Amino acid sequence: MSLLDHKAADLHGLLHKKEIKVSDLVDESFKRINQVDHKIKAFLTLNEENARQQALMYDEKFAGGEKLGALFGMPIGIKDNIVTQNIRTTCGSRILENFDPIYDATAVQNLNKAGTITIGKLNMDEFGMGSSNENSAFQKTLNPWNLDYVPGGSSGGSAAAVAAGEVLFSLGSDTGGSIRQPAAFCGVVGLKPTYGRVSRFGLVAFASSLEQIGPITRTVEDNAYLLEALAGVDSMDSTSANVKVPKYTESLTGDIKGLKIGVPKEYLGEGVSAESRNSVLEALKVLEKLGAKWEEVSLPHSKYALSAYYLLSSSEASANLARFDGVRYGYRTDNAKNLIEMYKNTRAEGFGDEVKRRIMLGTFALSSGYYDAYYKKAQQVRTLIKKDFEDVFEKYDVIIGPTAPTPAFKLGEKTTDPLTMYANDILTIPVNLAGVPGISVPCGFAGGLPLGLQIIGRHFDESTVYRVAHAYEQATSFHKEKPYL
Amino acid sequence: MSRISAHQVKHVANLARLAITDEETETLTKELDAIITFAEQLNELNTENVEPTSHVLEMKNVLREDEAAKGLPIKEVLKNAPDSKDGHIRVPSIME
Repeated sequence: MSLLDHKAADLHGLLHKKEIKVSDLVDESFKRINQVDHKIKAFLTLNEENARQQALMYDEKFAGGEKLGALFGMPIGIKDNIVTQNIRTTCGSRILENFDPIYDATAVQNLNKAGTITIGKLNMDEFGMGSSNENSAFQKTLNPWNLDYVPGGSSGGSAAAVAAGEVLFSLGSDTGGSIRQPAAFCGVVGLKPTYGRVSRFGLVAFASSLEQIGPITRTVEDNAYLLEALAGVDSMDSTSANVKVPKYTESLTGDIKGLKIGVPKEYLGEGVSAESRNSVLEALKVLEKLGAKWEEVSLPHSKYALSAYYLLSSSEASANLARFDGVRYGYRTDNAKNLIEMYKNTRAEGFGDEVKRRIMLGTFALSSGYYDAYYKKAQQVRTLIKKDFEDVFEKYDVIIGPTAPTPAFKLGEKTTDPLTMYANDILTIPVNLAGVPGISVPCGFAGGLPLGLQIIGRHFDESTVYRVAHAYEQATSFHKEKPYL
Repeated sequence: MSRISAHQVKHVANLARLAITDEETETLTKELDAIITFAEQLNELNTENVEPTSHVLEMKNVLREDEAAKGLPIKEVLKNAPDSKDGHIRVPSIME
């Protein structure tokens, strides 16, 4: 058994008892990366020298008997769209191939304060646009459970690295499902926090009104520890919320007696595979045994979420990605006679096909004459979708359904038609549009590939989401399964 | 009926400052047409008196004290610039 198979609290105990050292954890992480990363290709950049030095420094702190926090010395991987000072940050894009950030994202600063050790940067679909990691400009990360399958996306590298035991946990980001869907496909735990819960300062922006940074872990408990470190208001992000951060780990009581669960009929209907549906029905039986009650509910505007999402997220992306113009950072073309040509050729050569497609869609939706018909209409539909959730949450504590309509799909299976790929996110996208928190926890296997259970909560009620996820996890053993690599 | 023409695609690409080849124009016209056609299902919904949501949280005018703080060091900032000279970022000529 690898040291990294333990949860953080156990490792923390071993560190304090001086049975292990931080260096052992960091060694184990790089050893595992050497063994398996050539197979799954999760990492884009390693921070080996710094990580090992930091481990030695932290070992001295433990040796000195200092009281240190639960995450102190734990090896973590960071999605490559979260900036890390002096560690290359590419967003999976040629246009940022050699970008060397000059500051840390607030989330990374918070982790550094908590004492985690950054092992390296993890692969992703370019700028977060994709559901399979096949849109990375550099490499395709593969699913640790079966190398013919995708790990999901866009935080595919972050989920695969945790599932393969290369790091104890990782950070991802979720704009339309990019933490939860890969967590489901790789059999790990991934949380998208409430919009505003975690600062987005230093998260390279794709769709600012939808995205959040969140933790990907092997257990719900580790996830809760990480959110405690990450959450909170930040003067550098005016959309971060000034709402008290609870001790999430204290909500992991195992007690869900009397909990009211709403199960949207739209999440078990058309387009959802039998495997995914059945795994959720089985999970509901487990929750019932623990004292929860569930009823069928409706989120009537669910089927419009995908359209609204692609219009809104692409519109925001077209504005956010305007900054990549070859002037201040990133790639610049050699082929330009004047400034405008430099912009156009830099962007044509630096961006991949999916990114260009979405910039085009967004520019179109925001352009004169189309704004009301597409962008404003999508914002109005967003209001209806948000209202759907508010109505259900008046009577129910959480909403439960599958994370994704199917288990992981094969490489190349959905690359020919963009709409087929987009449809993979139908069950995660509404959560981003409503801004509520959602977690994916392992809930079964189909053909050797993991399935995910999605638990959605009220705004800023991650505590209840964690409580339910933890109670379910403790009553099942899916999270204990590991891929053979 | 096609929702977007090749001519429009070229116009949008110019607005987005993206150089696209004729082949890309053809592909993008087809793909955007399919996506926009799909998105038009939103027209099934009556949204006449529905307020648009641009942001999910009730937050307005987030202000802070106007205090001077140290900016980023120029040397650091220029580290990632493709071309610079004498502490400035250099770009190709604007006029030919």
